[in-house]
Amino acid sequence: MGVESGFSSPRNDVFPAGLRVLVVDDDPTWLKILEKMLKKCSYEVMSVDGETSRVMKGVQHGACDYLLKPIRMKELRNIWQHVFRKKIHEVRDIESLEGIESIHMTRSGSDMFDDGHLLGGEDITSVRKRKDADNKHDDKDLSDPSSTKKARVVWTVDLHQKFVKAVNQIGFDKVGPKKILDLMNVPWLTRENVASHLQKYRLYLSRLQKESDIKNSFTGMNHSDPSSKDSTASFGHHNSMNVMQDDLSNGAYSFSVNNSLAQNVDLKGHEGDRKGITSVPVAEPKGALSIDIPDPNKAKSSHISFDHSLGSVDSGLNFASFNSTNLVQYSWSKIPEIQFKQECEPLQLENGFSQLPLPGSHHHMQTEYLQPSASISSGPSITEKEASSSRIEVKPMYDEYGRNHVKHLSPMEAVDLFPVQSKNHTLHNQVFEPISTSTSSMKSPDVSLNWLTDLEFAQRNLNGGAGIPFTSLSEDIQVCWLQGDCYAMNFGLQDFDCTEYNDPALIAEIPFHLYDAPRFDHDHLFDPAEYSALDKGLFA
Amino acid sequence: MDIANQLQRQFMDYSTSLHREGFVDDQFTQLQKLQDENSPDFVVEVASLFFEDCEKLINNMARALEQQQGVDFKQVDASVHQLKGSSSSIGAMRVKNVCIAFRSFCEAQNREGCLRCLQQVTHEYSLLKNKLQTLFRLEKQILAAGGSIPIVE
Repeated sequence: MGVESGFSSPRNDVFPAGLRVLVVDDDPTWLKILEKMLKKCSYEVMSVDGETSRVMKGVQHGACDYLLKPIRMKELRNIWQHVFRKKIHEVRDIESLEGIESIHMTRSGSDMFDDGHLLGGEDITSVRKRKDADNKHDDKDLSDPSSTKKARVVWTVDLHQKFVKAVNQIGFDKVGPKKILDLMNVPWLTRENVASHLQKYRLYLSRLQKESDIKNSFTGMNHSDPSSKDSTASFGHHNSMNVMQDDLSNGAYSFSVNNSLAQNVDLKGHEGDRKGITSVPVAEPKGALSIDIPDPNKAKSSHISFDHSLGSVDSGLNFASFNSTNLVQYSWSKIPEIQFKQECEPLQLENGFSQLPLPGSHHHMQTEYLQPSASISSGPSITEKEASSSRIEVKPMYDEYGRNHVKHLSPMEAVDLFPVQSKNHTLHNQVFEPISTSTSSMKSPDVSLNWLTDLEFAQRNLNGGAGIPFTSLSEDIQVCWLQGDCYAMNFGLQDFDCTEYNDPALIAEIPFHLYDAPRFDHDHLFDPAEYSALDKGLFA
Repeated sequence: MDIANQLQRQFMDYSTSLHREGFVDDQFTQLQKLQDENSPDFVVEVASLFFEDCEKLINNMARALEQQQGVDFKQVDASVHQLKGSSSSIGAMRVKNVCIAFRSFCEAQNREGCLRCLQQVTHEYSLLKNKLQTLFRLEKQILAAGGSIPIVE
């Protein structure tokens, strides 16, 4: 069920009676109940029978709130506040029109109800949607708790596509945020949002350039592990990223990216803001995929932010599939970044990785994900066992998330994005667990999921315990962590551990670089709704 | 007025018993609270919607489970899931609880278990339907006698 509210006048200071609410649900019983409830709150109700595409639209449009069913009156009464507050923020920023905020209500189903919990059990698809929700809500109200914070814009694939189109239309050198904003024609987007996104995009492009230069020089690097070669090879050809889908049981996913470090700028996933990768059509992007790490503020103290620019993302990355389910959100804070870097540096080039001659300041790390059938632990492990964690495997998280989280929240599996790499053999197929955090406490209700892992953990899991060296973060890969406000999992990177890798075979090179702290904030409106919409489970 | 009072008392007792026996839960109370002059038959309407939905879903499940050549458990599960959601919307606690058990049988692909649950669900649904119809009748009688329907917490 989706709820959209529109303000007729942005500067309305009183209770916006007549707030329009769109209710979407496939269950007629619920529709009727909600209609009634909302009417009681003097909202204007438009009711629609739910269909995935419709709800998606609602979500993409900018759902600003989630409410889990069963819905309580008091929750409904409060939604206008959140919407209103967000509205205020936006209005302040923009010169333009009123935005539309949506409140996304999803059908949580009995699971939620049973658990009495925001995030239901199996019903929620992990992705993002589900992921562990923030336990702060007692009711099943998933409304944005951070409505008081400044809203963050989530650069979905679609949005980014529009952006890129606009940029190309204008002409890359003449481009300016205002022009782009106008061309994009997205009402709720502010000039600042565009400006910051543009900046990131430019950086990403320049990084791509650099990378391609550097990569060229890497040819011929040898891998210590012959097997990796195979995998690399396979990576080269393989285009699909198997993302964990609903079927979490199979946690393995492999990224295969073509090696063309195509500077295909036209990546959806791009530079940084890939927050909600709602639909990343893998086919499109060629080139680096960068994932931004969202909102560092949310991260716990020791978070690391990664910028991963994926060397070459080719059709190989099936983000689409990726998106469909579990996305994990990470919140990284900048502070530890630096520490991380330092810690990690020594680790690089260990154990016979002669090949990592990181160029200058710039380490190229590319992670390739092998098809780790064995190594990656199964999804379910993650969410379920909190404790066991700190070792969170990327994969599993994915799974788990998909499963256990609120439907709406589909965390983006930023981690998954890492690997895209490249083209060379230099970058071998090392499995890289870019996650540095150690805490991977994945408790479903726990917001702070630091699943990004412990490198150790990752390493172990990834390849039968091989250690993955975590090279310095100054890589080209931009990791975009989706930050989930609410229930979704907020992962904080904690304790970044750089562990040495014991198994040379497993060396993963991850190019990523840390994002500047300032870039991450404020411009992003995180809409858990967006992700959740993607969650298939949602519309089951 | 005497009659109305009597009926009201009856109504309250009956309502309490429904809660106590787990036929309905707090959600149902919420629904009752939503009812007002603008929509005096709100609860009845919602309940009717629910019953229709329920019957449809039960039929789906029965059909899916009857398949000799191979039961599509996913389909059954989807129906059960929907039923679970519907029942929680109206506060039909017992129905919902059966659905929970039902789902695990679906996941385990246990046809026997599913059939048993289906039977249970059908049974609970009929019981609930009867109970609610009695309740609604009482309501009508109260109104006819000039009284007002008490809210039972």
